[in-house]
Amino acid sequence: MALLRHTTDDVVERQALTVNPAKTCQPIGAMYAALGIHRCLPHSHGSQGCCSYHRSTLSRHYKEPAMAATSSFTEGSSVFGGQANLLQGLNTIFSVYKPDVVAVHTTCLSETIGDDIPQIADAAVAKGFVPEGKRVIHCNTPSYVGSHTTGFANMTKAMVDYFSTSTTDEKIDGQVNIIPGWVEPADMSEIKRLVKLMGLDGITFPDTSGVLDAPLKSEYNMYPDGGTTIDQLESTGDSAGTIALGPICSGPAAEALKNKCQVPQETLPLPIGLRATDIFIQALRKYNGGEVPAEITAERGRLVDLVSDMSQYFYGKTVALWGDPDQLVSLTQFLVDLDMRPKYIVTGTPGKAFLRRIGEVLGDSVKEVIAKQGPQADMLYLHQLIKREKVDLLIGNTYGKYISRDEDIPLLRHGFPIIDRIGHQYFPTTGYRGAMRLCEKILDAFLDRQDRDSPEESFELTM
Amino acid sequence: MTTTQILADRRAHIHEKGTAPFNIACEKQSVAGSVSQRACVFCGSRVVLYPIADALHVIHGPIGCAAYTWDIRGAWSSGPQLHRMSFSTDLQEKDVVFGGEKKLYQALVELIEHYRPKAAFIYSTCIVGLIGDDVEAICRRVSAETGVETIPVHSEGFKGSKKDGYTAACNALDQLVGTGDTTGISPLSINILGDFNIAGETWVIKDYYKKMGVDVVATITGDGRVDDIRRCHGAALNVVQCSGSMTQLAMKMKQEYGIPIIRVSYFGIEDMSKALYDVAEYLNDKTVMKNTQNLVRDEVSNLVPQLRKYKHDLQGKRAAVYTGGAFKALSMIRSLRTLGMKTVIAGSQTGNKQDYKRLQELSDEGTVILDDTNPLELAKFLEEKKADLLIGGVKERPIAYKLGLGFCDHNHERKIGLAGFEGMLNFAKEVHGTVTSPVWKLASLRDRLVDRHRLLDGDRSRNGNRFVEGGNAS
Ligand code: SF4
Ligand code: SF4
Repeated sequence: MALLRHTTDDVVERQALTVNPAKTCQPIGAMYAALGIHRCLPHSHGSQGCCSYHRSTLSRHYKEPAMAATSSFTEGSSVFGGQANLLQGLNTIFSVYKPDVVAVHTTCLSETIGDDIPQIADAAVAKGFVPEGKRVIHCNTPSYVGSHTTGFANMTKAMVDYFSTSTTDEKIDGQVNIIPGWVEPADMSEIKRLVKLMGLDGITFPDTSGVLDAPLKSEYNMYPDGGTTIDQLESTGDSAGTIALGPICSGPAAEALKNKCQVPQETLPLPIGLRATDIFIQALRKYNGGEVPAEITAERGRLVDLVSDMSQYFYGKTVALWGDPDQLVSLTQFLVDLDMRPKYIVTGTPGKAFLRRIGEVLGDSVKEVIAKQGPQADMLYLHQLIKREKVDLLIGNTYGKYISRDEDIPLLRHGFPIIDRIGHQYFPTTGYRGAMRLCEKILDAFLDRQDRDSPEESFELTM
Repeated sequence: MTTTQILADRRAHIHEKGTAPFNIACEKQSVAGSVSQRACVFCGSRVVLYPIADALHVIHGPIGCAAYTWDIRGAWSSGPQLHRMSFSTDLQEKDVVFGGEKKLYQALVELIEHYRPKAAFIYSTCIVGLIGDDVEAICRRVSAETGVETIPVHSEGFKGSKKDGYTAACNALDQLVGTGDTTGISPLSINILGDFNIAGETWVIKDYYKKMGVDVVATITGDGRVDDIRRCHGAALNVVQCSGSMTQLAMKMKQEYGIPIIRVSYFGIEDMSKALYDVAEYLNDKTVMKNTQNLVRDEVSNLVPQLRKYKHDLQGKRAAVYTGGAFKALSMIRSLRTLGMKTVIAGSQTGNKQDYKRLQELSDEGTVILDDTNPLELAKFLEEKKADLLIGGVKERPIAYKLGLGFCDHNHERKIGLAGFEGMLNFAKEVHGTVTSPVWKLASLRDRLVDRHRLLDGDRSRNGNRFVEGGNAS
């Protein structure tokens, strides 16, 4: 069965249409980010459907409950605005679900109606719907702008807008803010581990580790143990510096924190792969007096060792990848370092800077790459490219499985969403150890294939 | 009534059988601020029309609504797979300001030219309702210009609940019904409505009808085809499952073409058998009735012995059922009884009074009936009622697992057909697998330490296992 038999190899320029999107909408990013605050209930200000879809998608990806409330818009709200719904909503939430923080994001509908969330939240406080010490924060996430990644960025920035406070002119030595960007809970743990090994007190926000990879305890806990606390978020204003990982997801928050509390910031690529992790470690060295502990050096050395052992299998292999810009830039860099050939790079997230960043990491060494961003940079387009000229490996989310099957190309699952495999929640791809895992997965894909395809006489025991 | 803290506004939506006269509140908008498990109008339309495999399904709106409904429902098609693609106008800010009509028109023309579908369904999402695009007019124009019938689906999410989406879908289907040629359709013929061919279930059912000597004209909502729907008004009877979604189309067809309706469920031995008998009885044909008797007898006598071993292990276990509509919950309760299980909680997202009434009549004393619940409430009741199993959908699954209980998906994401007699066997296996899974014993470290000896010293020779000692190396 050729599932995508409709795909032809002529790349048709389309104007008005997205087929099989390589992105999704802003609110789900805001929801994911908000779940990285301790005892926070995300709230979707719009109709029920959006919220239900976002929760389902997060649940499919994490295999965890994803909690969020909704304003449940009706026809009336679409005419008169959603103020009454949000007021009632906040009242309900604090009296029944008892979170510490409610993080409101908008949807296309409430944006178009033009509801003013801060004003409604103030009204809720005035009416006594928000108990002492509890907080309501918000960000705007119309989906006809940006993508899920910018929704994540907006909510992360809202954490700064609402919480970060500078209490002294003296910043706290050795306290560094880490904005990890849209990565998996396991990646957040890994990033925290590296920061700790470097001897620093990191405040990581948002932090979904412990929330969306919560252990089974035979009890239902609406708010698992993880997440950045309000105290930590407030304290970010006193940190000596901020390291933002990924310009799209983390850049705006870091910039806002700099402006609000004069915390110097550096925006780096996501630490996926060797070089991007090097950059991250370098940045941390500025805060710990320059030490790199032996443990980290050894991890790095092990990664290089692995790559050298297996370099013949990486050499010259071509790759098509799709997903979110911050991820794609670092992945592309890593593939180049592995001596592989990124060939097609596609993101639905609009923004021209992406192409410049990809150009930078490719340098002069890799040629004939096609990179595309925006609404028509979708999976149909990618498939058409692949039909014209095949690649050896696909790297991207679950939606690549159609192409993988039709073209018989192995798929390494990376990104969001992954709704047909596990592992992404638990095993990081960031840091040196994460890079080793990526290598393992790439090699498994190639070597399994070689074992499957090689004729009997050249079927090798040792590889 | 219980220690569960319940939202004041929610109290009326919960009923515990035997505690008060039955009067449940339902068919209401969810309380704002609740973590409702419900979806929107668009969702309702999309799931119903989605299985029409040779039609083009275009979602007019921003990207999300399309991205989240891309091939998430395992409604199998025996031919075209066009329905599994995701087409969106991906509205951008300027479209919201200036309107998306031009974009929609252009997208439709491009798509229709490229795919030459049998028909096209254009779903309006919330924002389209708000910016006021005249989708109707665009559809008329595209139909006229391309010759492919382009049908608007008025599924703006905020205009109600999932149920209203079913209405919108029925209205859209109604445009097709009655436009095809009905010559040659047997008087012993039916349409299957409201079965979605999840994991091939419609095929199982269709096969039963075939064995009975009954022709199926259209399987409207499962492995559906446009041309079949066009001529389905030639069938003698509409057989409607999942009462919520397709009843309205059936009603329309009754008014316009005089086609009678019977309402069935294909889940569980009793309901499945009854469905087939009802159809046979209605068609009032001796051979069909004879065939039906043979079929049911063969299937049941084949099935029942196979269920025995599952029933043995499941006897007395306690189940909770949370479905989309309440009608389905009835079949679930009966099926669970067949397996010796007791339903302690039964609820649905969008049930109506009548269904809830039947639900509580069927239930045992003490069973909690829930309308439009939320995770906190559900989790509390699951604990209080000591459920061993939850039957529900994607958002309920992780809640069950976190509590350390079994789960069975009876919604879009089931991977194994649960309809029909063979579906009942699958159901038994699935319930057995999850309820008796060793993982629940591993869940608590403390219990495990106490239990250690027993766990380690299982009787190795039981169950037909053979442990063969290797010879000593000399
Ligand atoms: S695109 Fe807009 S309307 Fe659609 S799901 Fe996302 S937020 Fe809701
Ligand atoms: S925008 Fe409206 S139609 Fe789309 S998912 Fe949300 S509620 Fe449903």
